This record gives sequence, C-alpha cells and structure tokens, in this order.
Amino acid sequence: MIEALTALFKILIFPGFMFLTTYGMLLQFLDRKIYARLQNRFGPPWYQPLADFLKLIGKETIVPTLANKGMFSTLPVVSLAAVSTAFVYIPIYRMQASFSFEGDLIIVLYLMALPSITTFLAGWYSRSVYATIGSVRTLTQLFAYEVPLFAALLSPSIISGSWSISGMAEFYYHNPTLILVNLPSMFIALISIQGKLARKPFDSPEAETEIVSGAFVEYSGRLLAIFKMSVDCELVLLISLAAAIYIPLFTNIIVLDILLYFAKTLVLLFALSIFKAAMARLRMDQIINFCWKVLTPLAMFQIIINLIVRGAL
Amino acid sequence: MSDNSSNRIVIPLGPQHPALKEPGSFTLTLEGEKVVNAVIGIGYNHRGLEKALESRTYIQNLYMIERICGICSHTHSVAYCQAIEEMCGVEIPMRAKYIRVIIAELERLHSHLLWLGVAAHEIGFDTLFMYAWRDREMVLDMLAELCGNRVNYGINTLGGVRRDIDDNDAHEIKKILRVLHNQISYYLELATNEPTLIARLADVGKLNHDDALKFGAVGPVARAAGIANDVRKIEPYAAYDEVPVNVITDDHGDVLGRTLVRVKEMLESISIIRYCLDNLPAGEILAKVPRKVPAGEMISRTEAPRGENIHYINSDGSDIPYRIRVRAPSEANWHGMKHMLEGSFLADVPIAIAAIDPCYSCTDRAIFVNSDNGESRLYDWKGLREYSIKWHRDRGLNIADIQIPMAKNYIQIQRKTND
Repeated sequence: MIEALTALFKILIFPGFMFLTTYGMLLQFLDRKIYARLQNRFGPPWYQPLADFLKLIGKETIVPTLANKGMFSTLPVVSLAAVSTAFVYIPIYRMQASFSFEGDLIIVLYLMALPSITTFLAGWYSRSVYATIGSVRTLTQLFAYEVPLFAALLSPSIISGSWSISGMAEFYYHNPTLILVNLPSMFIALISIQGKLARKPFDSPEAETEIVSGAFVEYSGRLLAIFKMSVDCELVLLISLAAAIYIPLFTNIIVLDILLYFAKTLVLLFALSIFKAAMARLRMDQIINFCWKVLTPLAMFQIIINLIVRGAL
Repeated sequence: MSDNSSNRIVIPLGPQHPALKEPGSFTLTLEGEKVVNAVIGIGYNHRGLEKALESRTYIQNLYMIERICGICSHTHSVAYCQAIEEMCGVEIPMRAKYIRVIIAELERLHSHLLWLGVAAHEIGFDTLFMYAWRDREMVLDMLAELCGNRVNYGINTLGGVRRDIDDNDAHEIKKILRVLHNQISYYLELATNEPTLIARLADVGKLNHDDALKFGAVGPVARAAGIANDVRKIEPYAAYDEVPVNVITDDHGDVLGRTLVRVKEMLESISIIRYCLDNLPAGEILAKVPRKVPAGEMISRTEAPRGENIHYINSDGSDIPYRIRVRAPSEANWHGMKHMLEGSFLADVPIAIAAIDPCYSCTDRAIFVNSDNGESRLYDWKGLREYSIKWHRDRGLNIADIQIPMAKNYIQIQRKTND
C-alpha cells in the first residue's frame, strides 16, 4: 500500500508531473529573461508564464469548423501525457530514476518523438494553410534532427554498456574521466535539442513572420495552454536527460543532489538561450543540409570513437 | 520532372500578417516551399492626401506634406519646399540648406536603422532587431533635440528652416555620433561575417543590374544592383553640391547587397553630418516667401532613405496649389517585386518584401492597375460600368437593371467623344 502511494507521489508530485510543470514554467521564465537580457531588454516578471497560462485557461476555446473536433482537442493532452511519462525515467535527485529498467532510454526517445508527431497532426487537422505548412515543416524538421539526436544520446551507452538512463548515470559516476569522451556528442545533442524544441535558429516550423505560428495557428484557449505547457515540459525533459547523461555528477546527499540538478539544468538552459539569441532563423533546406551534412557525420564519428574506447576498456 | 501542378496551394500573405508592417496583400501560389506565382495587391491605405493638399494653402500644406510618410517626412517637406521656393524665385540662406542636409541625413540614419531592425525580425534574428532599434533611439533623441519632435520634425518651412543649430547642439550630436559610428561599424562587421545572417540574405530577392533598370528600381534596391542612382549626386539639392557625398553601390543584387548598401550609407551619413556641423555657414536661416505662388509647374526631386522622391506642383497663381503629385520611392520599387518573389522560398518572401523597405501608405493612390495580364488599360465611363456589372455578376449580384439617373448625360458625353 505504502509502496503504491510512494509510486503515485513520485509520478504525480515529485519528481513527477507537478514538479515538471512548475519547473517548466520557471525555465520558460528564465529562458525568456536571459534571452531578453541578451537583447538588452528587461524581460518578463517571474510570474509571467503562470499568468499567461491562467489567462489562456480562462479564454474561449475555438475549434475551427473544418477541423476534426476529436483529434483537435485530444492532441494537446496526448503531447503533455507523453512528456510527463518520459520524465519519470529520468534521474533527478539521485542516480536512480523514479522508475527504470534496462532499455528505458529507447522508450524515452520514442516518447519524445510524440510531441512532434502531435504537433504535426494538430496542424494537419486544423485545415488551415498556415497550419498545414507549419505541420509539414515540423515533420521535415523531425527527419532532420532525429538522427543526430538519437545518435548523440545513444553513443554514451556504447561505453557504459547499459541502455538505461539510470544505469548510464551510475556508470559514468564511477568512471568520471569517460565523460570527457562524450563532450562532442553533448554539443551535438544540445544543437539537436534546439531543433527538437523549434527554437532559433531552427524555429522554421513556427516562424512568426512567415507562417504566423505554424501548426498551432488555429489553437486557442485551454487547448493552446496545454500545448504550451507541453512545450515547456519538453524543455525540462530534454535538458534533464542531457544533464543525466552528459553531466553525471552526484553527491549522494539528496538536498545537495537536488541543488546540483538545478545547477546542471540551468547551465544547459543558459547555453541554449545564448544559442537562441545569437542567430537568425535558418530556412528549411538549410536546416536539413546542416543536420545531415554536419551533425549526423559528427554523431557517427562519435559512435566510432566510443566503440574504440569500449574496445580498449 | 513530372507535373507538380496538383501539389500547388495558394496561401494569402496579408492583408493582415505579422510580417507586414502595413496592410498589403500577397497571394502566393506554392509548390512545396517554392513560390511559383505571386500576385501583389496594394492599395489598402489610400488616404486621399493629394486631393487634401489641393484644398489647403501652401502654408497649411507644410503640415500635411510631412504626414505623407511617418519615416521619411523630412524628405517630402524638402521636396515640397524647394519646389515652391524655386517657383517664387527665392534663394534660401546657406545655413538653412546645411540644416536641411543635417536633418535629412539624420532621417536616413533612423530610417535605415529601423529597416535593419525590421529585416532582422523578418529573418528571425530578434537580437539584431532589438539592438538596431535601441540605437535608433539615439538618432530620434538627436532629432527631438534639434527639431522638437521625434518624427514629423516640422523643421522645414517655405524659405528655410524654423530652428537653428547652436554650438552646444552640435557638440552633443557629435558625441552621440561617435557611439553610433561604433555600433554601425559593428553591424557592418555582422553583415559581412555572421554565417546565419548571410545564409538568409544572400541570393534572396535577386534583382540584377538589367532587371533593376527594367523595373525602374530606385534607392538602395538600385544601388545594390550596381546602379549609382542617387539624386544627391545626380542633381544636388539643398547643400549637397558643397557637401562631399559618396554614392554607395554594391554588385550583389540581392537582399545581402541591400543590407550592405544601407549599413554603409549610414556610415556615410554620419560623415556627412560631421562635415555639415564643422562647416555650418553663419547667417540667417529663413528667407521671405510670398503667400501666393506664381502660376506654373515644377518638379522637385530628393533622395529619400528609400530612393528617389519626386514632387510635382502645379500652381494657378493663387495661395492654394492647383495640383500636387507625389511619387514616393516605394512606388517605383513595387514593380520588381513579383520578379523578386517568384522562384524564391516561402521563408524568403517576408525578407524579400521587407528588403525594398516598402512604405505602403506613402505609395497608395487611387490608380487602377490590372495585375493579371500585365496590360494597362484606360477605362471610359461605359467600360468602367460594364466592368463593375461583371464584377458584381461574378459574385451573384445583378445590377444591370438598375437605372442610372446620369445615363442621359453619359450618352451625350459618349457622343461627343465619338465625334
């Protein structure tokens, strides 16, 4: 009984859904604030993401006449559910995640693809030209960043010999020098994460000045709020995943480990924000060229290096 | 290649769209991401300014003429004032001419910085957008200091300028210009080195030398195609015959070229302002101009930030103009737009449109242009009525039966013309 209650607590409160959404809003605020400061602006107050969320919740939700009503209203929830499910497999305050099994990395990668697919479907079922173009771009971009992202996230597991995120964290905790081998793949992963989250310079799928807001153009009110929330949570998920795989530093004291987790994720967020502020939006063909001609070969190269290192161990 | 016509979709960009700063409609036919056809519709901002100018005195029109464009208001009032001064045979004091040049170059600075921000925003480079507009504030502060207004400066009047520049002002301006010079040099470095910026600007909105001539492009669009078209040099007005002006040209012929031309022009403007402040002649700033302008007509040209600006004034000898026609520079640049858009990517459309620095409301006149087949046609009353009936019938309305009271007169007119 107590075991079941603990599991429920872990899934719903900490480090599960409640923590995920709260931290998602906090990261959104920090991201916007850093972005604004880099642009010589003031940026929003700390409660802005929450205020935006509550305001959207209170707004009227309009479903386009031509849209498929069922799909249109279900998709945001599916997206949020996929992200929060993936999050329970990621180590937060200790090496061991709330739940883990051998191969959970693959599950997380698959669950991570779901938000992009739902975005595509959301745009597709909206039956608006802007949304259609946005959703096609989302899918095209998926093919561009998916391969380097997967290759970059899977290459550390070649050395660790474990396909579980917790297992990888534990392995690298005991062999800290091997973290350095994975540094190039960390940068590849961070760039691909930028693409996955459709942040600059890879924000072509929701380019405001071209296609207004892409796949989400017909969304409003509560449904849009849930979509936005799921994007925030996706940011937390991806940053936490990168932190667990590439920066596996733990002290084994719970409070310190939680603080360490915040420190790690904030450093990664800062890197992503600088990246976002420093560049112009790339065109779709440029994104694909960059991902396939630069990122993917680099990720493959990393895999070869890791295989050699594995052989030498 | 198989026929892709079934994959075509038509996407409306505008009249309301985040990429457009003023309403204009661009109906794009896409094949995937490629634009195969573009239909450009402007005319959402017709304000009847030219008619309004004909019902006010020359002095009252000073107010109106500055409101043709919110960005390049000075260039319009210079063109207007110098046309009337010429008609009255008044030579304005040299000091006033220099002050006009200083304000004109400050205006060019703020307009180009505004453009740089808008262009950066169109390609999703919001950091550059914020930086450019932050620096633009410095120019607006200078303008406010000199003229009392940030935009619509109101410094020109018939016969000279209304405010003088003292040594203190000159000193302050020079101080700000130093900061601005550093910033703009940095933008020039950015435009020549930043890879994502170049990737988005190069080979976009191509208009080569011959096409620019064919479509009659003016200003930075023409200069980026290697045409040294600058009224300041071709037909120096105000004090430009004494001030050294280097015409900036570039041979890229694309948006990158236009960016480089505009950024380099800003550096050039700074050196012109410095020269003017150092060599500001002493003396009066205002000459007397009669209230009534002698009968006649006059064409006056100035170099606006967006290109060549032409004013035509026809006077019948009273204190109210008989006809004023304004050809704003954007009007000349619209013609090449279809050529620039077709064959480009959808992602490049906003920046290609922004690259001519379009000023919709300056341009819009009640002129009918048939954009479908490119032929221009003059409608007589009968033809216009038939066109209107057809237009309504296509939309399910039949107005052919409606009796027009003027029909009798119309037949008489028609007979006359037939004779």
